[in-house]
Amino acid sequence: MADKTMTLSDVVRHVESGMTIGIGGWGSRRKPMAIVRELLRTDVKDLTVVTFGGPDVGLLCRAGKVRKLVYGFVSLDSIALDPHFRAARESGAIETAEYDEGMFVTALRAGVNRFSFLPSRAGLASDVLAMNPNLKTVRSPYDDEEYVAVPGLRMDVSFIHLNRADAHGNGQYLGNDPYFDDMFAMASDRCFVSVEKIVDTASLTEHAPHQSLLVSRLFVHGVVETPNGAHFTTCEPDYGRDERFQAHYAATAADDSWQAFRTRFLDTDEAGYQREVQAWREQQAVGASR
Amino acid sequence: MAGAAGSGGVPMTASPTRAEVCVAACADTWRDAGEVLAHAVGTIPSVGARLARLTHSPELAISDGECFLMSEPPPLGKTAAAGGTIEAWVPFRAIFDLLNSGRRQSMMGASQVDAYGNQNISSIGDWRRPTRQLIGVRGAPGNTVNHRVDYFVGKHSRRVFVERVDVVSGVGNDRARAFSGTALRFHHLGVVITDLAVLDYDGSGRLKVRSLHPGVTAGQVSENTGFDIDVSTATTTRLPTDEELRLIREMIDPTGLRDR
Repeated sequence: MADKTMTLSDVVRHVESGMTIGIGGWGSRRKPMAIVRELLRTDVKDLTVVTFGGPDVGLLCRAGKVRKLVYGFVSLDSIALDPHFRAARESGAIETAEYDEGMFVTALRAGVNRFSFLPSRAGLASDVLAMNPNLKTVRSPYDDEEYVAVPGLRMDVSFIHLNRADAHGNGQYLGNDPYFDDMFAMASDRCFVSVEKIVDTASLTEHAPHQSLLVSRLFVHGVVETPNGAHFTTCEPDYGRDERFQAHYAATAADDSWQAFRTRFLDTDEAGYQREVQAWREQQAVGASR
Repeated sequence: MAGAAGSGGVPMTASPTRAEVCVAACADTWRDAGEVLAHAVGTIPSVGARLARLTHSPELAISDGECFLMSEPPPLGKTAAAGGTIEAWVPFRAIFDLLNSGRRQSMMGASQVDAYGNQNISSIGDWRRPTRQLIGVRGAPGNTVNHRVDYFVGKHSRRVFVERVDVVSGVGNDRARAFSGTALRFHHLGVVITDLAVLDYDGSGRLKVRSLHPGVTAGQVSENTGFDIDVSTATTTRLPTDEELRLIREMIDPTGLRDR
């Protein structure tokens, strides 16, 4: 079987300007942040981003990478709104396709199955139809029902972050909720998985149930090991959300303070990011103990 | 301080607060709901759902806000990681099937509500370039066409109760009634509970005042509502019973999150 391990820079070489990219996770939970950070270092732009959004969306919007956002919501969970997403919306910087969350799942499911659409009751009579004038409804051939015909979402490339994988691309989630990562993988032409740790195939099921193997290599193009790679979002049970750092991220969104955040944490490579985060946490701990 | 103090510092003999009146009103929305998931957004609705389960509706299911249904809920505002007893696994991917099935009843928040119960949580102003981006429509369009939805509004004001909402997220009665065919037969708006009153809908689907909270005048509600609202049949919202107060103060919310 093929060894699909690669580096972060290998992963983002598969992204070209104008592509539609999917990002797994949910809000500020198990986001492939190391890959997103690597994407910020490239010159790709005009992306259509498909996601249950969190700080991935904020960072990409702030960096001017996003032409269009297809989303169910964008939230940092413990902070209701990502400030960069909010700024992008309020300045009219991005096109949007805002869906009801259930409709968004329907669109993903249709994409997985290569259907042109799937029916959804969600969305009927709401302004989701007004905000997405391309959406059409469809009459049931069996009774007097009517549904939104939610078009299937296909992505050129998608990124997900999992706890473990083997070198062949069999991915494993160890937290309580798989979110929709397997569907992102299956609805994409190429999916790249970042993981906390790459392990032998046999050891995947030594300490976890078989049901945790939701992402199979059939849908995975590449695997990259990025310890703490979901930071500052959750990656249970390996680590929870770094709430203090997330608050720092949100508090530095204004132009004057953002430059310092960006210089320190983003204008570097992933190892540099992790080093600076560690140093920042030590500084905070010293400050708190005074 | 006289009387037995709860750990939140509220003497058990103290008369009900406005928050506690709201909690009891929220709990009443799940009366006779059956064996469904009581979905509550926000502290006061969550306390209400737990109160309903401990009193008139023990068959209700409560989630930990993440992916577990809990036969014994975790401490208020916490997930299963903080305690309680898990009775079912319902990850996000299962929630949408569950709500489509109708075995759920929600109490959601609202940034705007109009006279026919259209709700907005998406954005303020023109959605193409909003003056204020909110959290997005989230599940409101789907919830409102699949099962009963009630709203809780913590501050009754003209900013919330508007003539027309900017983005219809939760579907109102006028839109549901105008829709032909059977597709919206599960649409069911219950009540809107605010810090001043309980509102429900008249025969034409328009909001009216069902009851004023003790101490609130009809004028206060009219002045703080941005459309004409009928107060002529308003009664007074019931007070929580002593047993309900004990449950709220000692068991469900001993640290007083409902007052924040």
